[in-house]
Amino acid sequence: MNTKGYFFRLASVVTLGASSLIAVSAAESSSALAAGSPIKIGISLSLSGDFSSDGIAFQQGYQLWANDVNAKGGLLGHPVVLDIVSDASDPTQVTANYQKLISQDKVALTFGPYSSLLSLPAAQTVSRYGYALVEGAGGAPSVFAAKLHNLFDVSLPVANALQPFAQWVAGLPKAQRPKTASYVTSNDPFTQPQIPVAKKIMSKAGIKTAYSSVFPAETTDYTPIADRVAQAGAQVVVLGAVDVPTVAAFMKAFAQMHYNPKVFIASAGPDQGTQFTSAVTLKAANGMLVPSSWYGGSANPLSKAMVANFIKVHGGTASQISADVAEAYSVGQTIAAAVKATKGFNNAKIIKYLHSGVKIKTVQGNVKFNSLGENFSMTAYTFQWQGANFVQVNPATDPNSTKIVFPKPAW
Amino acid sequence: MTFSNLVHAVIDGVLTGSVYALMATGLTLIFGVMDIINVAQGVFVILGSYLSYALSVHFGIDPFVGLLITMPTMFLVGIVVERAFIARLKGPEKTAMSILVTYAVSLVIEGALNMIFSTNPVQINNASYVNSSVHLFGMWLPFIYIYGFILASVLLGSLYFLLYRTRFGASVRASLADQTAAALVGIDVKKVSTICFGIGIAVTAAGGMIYGTTNAFNASSSYDLISRLLTIIVLGGMGSLAGALVAGISMIILEDIVAVAWSPVWSNITFFILLVIVLSFRPQGLFGKQSARVA
Repeated sequence: MNTKGYFFRLASVVTLGASSLIAVSAAESSSALAAGSPIKIGISLSLSGDFSSDGIAFQQGYQLWANDVNAKGGLLGHPVVLDIVSDASDPTQVTANYQKLISQDKVALTFGPYSSLLSLPAAQTVSRYGYALVEGAGGAPSVFAAKLHNLFDVSLPVANALQPFAQWVAGLPKAQRPKTASYVTSNDPFTQPQIPVAKKIMSKAGIKTAYSSVFPAETTDYTPIADRVAQAGAQVVVLGAVDVPTVAAFMKAFAQMHYNPKVFIASAGPDQGTQFTSAVTLKAANGMLVPSSWYGGSANPLSKAMVANFIKVHGGTASQISADVAEAYSVGQTIAAAVKATKGFNNAKIIKYLHSGVKIKTVQGNVKFNSLGENFSMTAYTFQWQGANFVQVNPATDPNSTKIVFPKPAW
Repeated sequence: MTFSNLVHAVIDGVLTGSVYALMATGLTLIFGVMDIINVAQGVFVILGSYLSYALSVHFGIDPFVGLLITMPTMFLVGIVVERAFIARLKGPEKTAMSILVTYAVSLVIEGALNMIFSTNPVQINNASYVNSSVHLFGMWLPFIYIYGFILASVLLGSLYFLLYRTRFGASVRASLADQTAAALVGIDVKKVSTICFGIGIAVTAAGGMIYGTTNAFNASSSYDLISRLLTIIVLGGMGSLAGALVAGISMIILEDIVAVAWSPVWSNITFFILLVIVLSFRPQGLFGKQSARVA
């Protein structure tokens, strides 16, 4: 008998068995909670680093949801306690954080971090422990390509986010329709997949590509890229940006170059409420477009209640609330519905429930997951800053849409 | 790509590169005199940006005029940090320890800035010249970049004058060359080190002001900055003031040309390829620490 091989097989079996036991016990330990004891939810957020402004907005959304739930008696009578740790916007740290949250802090449930870049390693990590990861900002195709059974994104899948905008541009009467467009995007999994969709629709409508480029996510000096876009002089600019500073840098450079495109849309940034306007000023923000699935003025009653609570806590106006807040809040609502339906905190049951095709109401609208965990029941809208107001402008047929300001006012 | 695009990229590179060179000069001065790698330099730049922002927004003080307040303030901040943390570092592990200590300082400052100003990105937008530009030779040149270039040139010139035309400068250069020998001839190396650290931090006020008028920033912006500043001083030669100037400008010019002529994706990579090539032939960087100490 091959002794070496025997010991190797024995060690493998023991290791596998031990791992399974740890995973099962971790995932099910929360099922047996004493009545009225707190239920701990583990979250890794970017409280510093590149995504810190979004991370803080997510923290506000999660906390607002927890406060609202606790005000109504908690989840199945258990007060919610959020165990939030910072990942400094680092994919390596996010992995370590979720390992710690599950194995050391013994959290019962996990919520997702901010951005597609971090959601994938987060989902892979919690998957090893059998946990569900419900997240609000990780809708890039690359995240779902991993085919993780435990991952659920409550927000709009990003690939089609620019579709309604592109269709609006393509559908303009020929005399008004822009003739040229520039496409420039960060090489981020959130932004890059959005551009070809828009480009294809607009090219089909005869809109010529004046300039197209990808820039590294870690770029600090946008001047040469912005200069090239400005020199191309296209009437439409589609910018794939993941944060406010990137959009602000392009806006400033365009203003300095006396370049004012008729239409300027950024994949993210202008939807960040006061974070955006404080960086670029309200005057410059006027006319800026962004795709999203939520805005502060939404007529959704759940959203209205959340907005009122947010303003009560943080002050400001509905237009100043970041879309991140709603995304985070929707995560909480989704998990609350799953906990209520499964009558417990068993992650396996929660995953099964969320995959059952059930429709859950959230502040962003309905949530219904496909087999990959994408929320395919959400509609993409386009929003625009009009003066001090952030309003829905597209689809034009939607009764809540305001008339789009076109062309964009001067800087 | 047209010739005009290329010229524009070079001009952009010179204008913005000089500001990065100014920020990197502080870093290399501190290393040259004290053997301290100040990884907090990035967050000091952002602290400078926030000081200019606060003066501009709350008191209506022009960002350039505000430097009369922010530069001395940052000088004092530098003195305090040096006395409180850096001066205590001794022995052969001093340089390695300095990375940890200054990293801790940067985390504390970042946390404080997040608490005071929040993580919302802000920008210094109050001055009229921030968003305006002049049309020269068929291209738009933003005033803020031109003013930033002039400011960087004046400050670098002043620094040169201080180091090469004054008694204090002679003490600094002696310390740069050999701290033990400098002490033996009666130079108070400790005092020189403290003042140099203060000067190294004071220049971040100017760099931070320009950064804050050209970029939206929050405390986390320091991470991108410090990686760039460290790269500049490695290419130029750790401790070499001339190296920081040449490397700062050439780095941005190269990045801008590659971004315009080829693709922005390749701009950073090309620079690092150049860095590896230079370091393969000159491990001490373009100007090297030794040559700077001799200079």
